Amino acid sequence: MSHTLTSPVYVCADNIDTDQIIPAQYLTLVPTIPEEYEKLGSYALIGLPDDLYPTRFVPEGGLKTPYKIVIAGRNFGCGSSREHAPIALGAAGVEAVVADSFARIFFRNCVATGELYPYDANERLCDVIKTGDIATLDFDADTLTVHGKTYSLKPLGEVRPVIDAGGIFNYARNTGMIAAKA
Amino acid sequence: MTLTEKILARASGKTRVAAGDNVWVNVDVLMTHDVCGPGTIGVFKREFGKAAKVWDPKRVVIIPDHYIFTADSMSNRNVDILREFVKEQGLPYFYDVIDDPDGHWQFDVSKGQTQKQYGSKYTGVCHTTLPWKGHTRPGEILFGTDSHTCMAGAFNQFATGIGNTDAGFILGTGKLLIKVPESMRFFMEGAMQPGVMAKDVILHVIGDIGFDGATYRAMQWEGPGVYGMNMDDRMTIANMAIEAGGKNAMFPCDQKTIDYVNERTAENGTKSEFEPVELDGDQKFIYDKVFDLSKLEPTVACHPDPGQRKLAKEMSNVSLDRAYIGSCTGGKTSDFLAFAQVVKGKTVKIDTFGVPATTKVVQELKDTQWDGQSVWSILESAGVRMTENASCAACLGGPVDTFGRLNTPMKCISATNRNFPGRMGNKESQVFLASPYTVAASALTGKVTDPREFIS
Repeated sequence: MSHTLTSPVYVCADNIDTDQIIPAQYLTLVPTIPEEYEKLGSYALIGLPDDLYPTRFVPEGGLKTPYKIVIAGRNFGCGSSREHAPIALGAAGVEAVVADSFARIFFRNCVATGELYPYDANERLCDVIKTGDIATLDFDADTLTVHGKTYSLKPLGEVRPVIDAGGIFNYARNTGMIAAKA
Repeated sequence: MTLTEKILARASGKTRVAAGDNVWVNVDVLMTHDVCGPGTIGVFKREFGKAAKVWDPKRVVIIPDHYIFTADSMSNRNVDILREFVKEQGLPYFYDVIDDPDGHWQFDVSKGQTQKQYGSKYTGVCHTTLPWKGHTRPGEILFGTDSHTCMAGAFNQFATGIGNTDAGFILGTGKLLIKVPESMRFFMEGAMQPGVMAKDVILHVIGDIGFDGATYRAMQWEGPGVYGMNMDDRMTIANMAIEAGGKNAMFPCDQKTIDYVNERTAENGTKSEFEPVELDGDQKFIYDKVFDLSKLEPTVACHPDPGQRKLAKEMSNVSLDRAYIGSCTGGKTSDFLAFAQVVKGKTVKIDTFGVPATTKVVQELKDTQWDGQSVWSILESAGVRMTENASCAACLGGPVDTFGRLNTPMKCISATNRNFPGRMGNKESQVFLASPYTVAASALTGKVTDPREFIS
């Protein structure tokens, strides 16, 4: 992928759990079946309460989101171990989530699947950035620029090459940790 | 080293590990279920090839339990995907809902939601099945594609939840690269007072540290208060480590642990050797706090997350629409017995649903007689809608026809473990987490109620 990404952002608050990212009723979809993977994307973030989030993340009837960057508060992705959560976001077209902090299993699933980059922010961005703002994420400088203001992010470190490769299996093959596919 | 460090050191072939180290561990047991199993199998086949074999059939346990008793055709299909894989791989530990290994599962709507619809192998909720069927052993490493896999920390083992991709990797290799977590110690003194249950202990602690207070960490439980608890109590506490963001829960091993495990491995013919890890003098904790169990009171976690702690007695102004008892955390036999003790001879005031965690719980509630009446019948006489179809059911919402699911906005008090918006179905609903005692007392009054009003 290119080293910068410019996109409108979608902003959520603290403690967005996996039920809000992909409600349990859609877990019947199996992510490794291509058409079900696409469908998971259409339901990304559909569990957010309508009164707090009047703007839909994925437009009604659509499969993809216009927001390739999600900004969130503390503890993003808490709750279930369902890998459907980062996959739903990735399938919808999200490339990065910038949050105050992440829940452990969600973070790990982002890296394992290579679906999206989980960036830790250095300051609370979800209070100063609004849904629809245009942001530029620089993956080399580890910064997010919105309305001419540049915010530094915590570097992704050793997880970046894994996500760049497309997940742990590709990474492990590229680096010779496991055998190449027959 | 802490107990978690000792297990991870052993599993990675090292004499010592420290928090922050990344280590490859050998996996003793991998568990998956109907929601994440099909995706895990998909990853396994995609990455290791269509003809690939799992690393060790005896170490794979497959437990359909989430979306079983539903007419949703995708859910029924997902159970069939598991059965097909089990057959192809020759896996010995599969607790199928039907007996025919060549059959297809289809829920029969005409029989209704409450009447038994499973064969002789079906068990119910995975985390409660694992110990019952002899798959939990001290000193071992268990991974499961479910966040509440941490429940097995009650048995002095390292147990944690993972995603499909990691599980697919384990299926092919039997190994996983993990980071050694920092450990927090929760030291329990004293004993719980009447009306207080293990659920109150964990809700109190999560309220104390915050519901992300243990993120990336091991929660190690110690002290005389812990040894006073039975295995069910320890399971309830370990189960909810994830509700504080914890990677795993860890209990020391004592005679109760050993007796429990020995009895079940013998009964099921599963691997019987194990080596517990013992407490060291030189443990390093990032957090260390003493709790006096005798000071705890019935506790509730309010909407919208498990860290919103209040005392039940402060909440008598909160009216409820529904009460629910069930799940890995709150659907064990001991949970239902506590519930029945409160509602016996009385009538619930609000819609109340009971879903046993396992088929064994169903049997035990039918077999246990109080004054010539079975506990099952005592619960039904009190107006509790009991189902014989043990499963995860409405704890996590599920398909819309799931028994007990919150299909409209309502306030529900529940013996389950998680209450984020939409967890039990409708996303405008509010869920209050509490002990089986508190859920029972609240079902009787229609308001959040301190159960000590009903317990002498």
